Amino acid sequence: MQPDLSSYVALSAVMFFIGVSGVIVRRNPLIVLMSIELMLNAANLALVAFARAWVNNAGHVFVFLVVTVAAAEAAIGLAIVVAVFRSAKNVDVDEVARLRG
Amino acid sequence: MIAFYLLAIVLIASAIFTVTQKSPVYSVVGLLVNFITLAILYFTLDAEFLGVIQLVVYSGAILMLFVFVIALLSSGIGPFPEGPDRLPRVALPALLSVLAGFGFLAFGVLHAPMASPPLRAGNNLGSVGSANVFGSVGDFGAALFTTQLLPFEITAFVLMVAVVGVVALAGDAVPEPTRGRHLRRRKRAKEREPIVKAGR
Repeated sequence: MQPDLSSYVALSAVMFFIGVSGVIVRRNPLIVLMSIELMLNAANLALVAFARAWVNNAGHVFVFLVVTVAAAEAAIGLAIVVAVFRSAKNVDVDEVARLRG
Repeated sequence: MIAFYLLAIVLIASAIFTVTQKSPVYSVVGLLVNFITLAILYFTLDAEFLGVIQLVVYSGAILMLFVFVIALLSSGIGPFPEGPDRLPRVALPALLSVLAGFGFLAFGVLHAPMASPPLRAGNNLGSVGSANVFGSVGDFGAALFTTQLLPFEITAFVLMVAVVGVVALAGDAVPEPTRGRHLRRRKRAKEREPIVKAGR
């Protein structure tokens, strides 16, 4: 017996909000980026479940796009972390918030 | 059904592990477990190509990038914040926003008409692994290169922007004093000892 669509979407929602809480609470930018990856993967799970329910692989193409964007986002985010570390010797989300102008 | 609940428990537990760990290396391990579990879930949803993509791109490439940056930043001094996280300060707004968002989403899932159809069997569903059924490489590739060609090409543009952005951000963007010190140190080292000795 296959679990129905809403259980997959509920699982995706739980995972998404675990990622949201990580983004809000943590100060380490690497863990913030990992929480963003969690959120993107939760969205992917919902897309795959919907695609399976309607037997329509447009959702799969969407997941492919999200994976691409996640790879680009991880690369750019980590490059920003490295650039901040080079100038400040310290990686803290709260410290970076003071760099204005 | 039991497999789904086992996978769901592992998925949520590894996500919580990822978010709550103090050291980012442990977080990467939690994220790895999360991604592998998600790939298995994709296989159970007949998305075999996406399961493989999940393993290769996420567990292989993106997590590797995370591990590499952690190793790069931790090689000298401890760069990561040592103190407590922002939990005491932001606990109430964070809890409120997370609960509000989750409640909104749960309401939508439970009340939307989209949520009612079960995971039904289509006319194109076959066993996982056979060619040209729903979710196979052939099926996915046919959709990607015919009806969804424009998003696929936008993907190429996004990746190119990412490559250019990474090079512009971390390639040679050394701040001026650091670069000057670096060059002076290199000059001094060159004066002190020649790298290639003459006559050899």
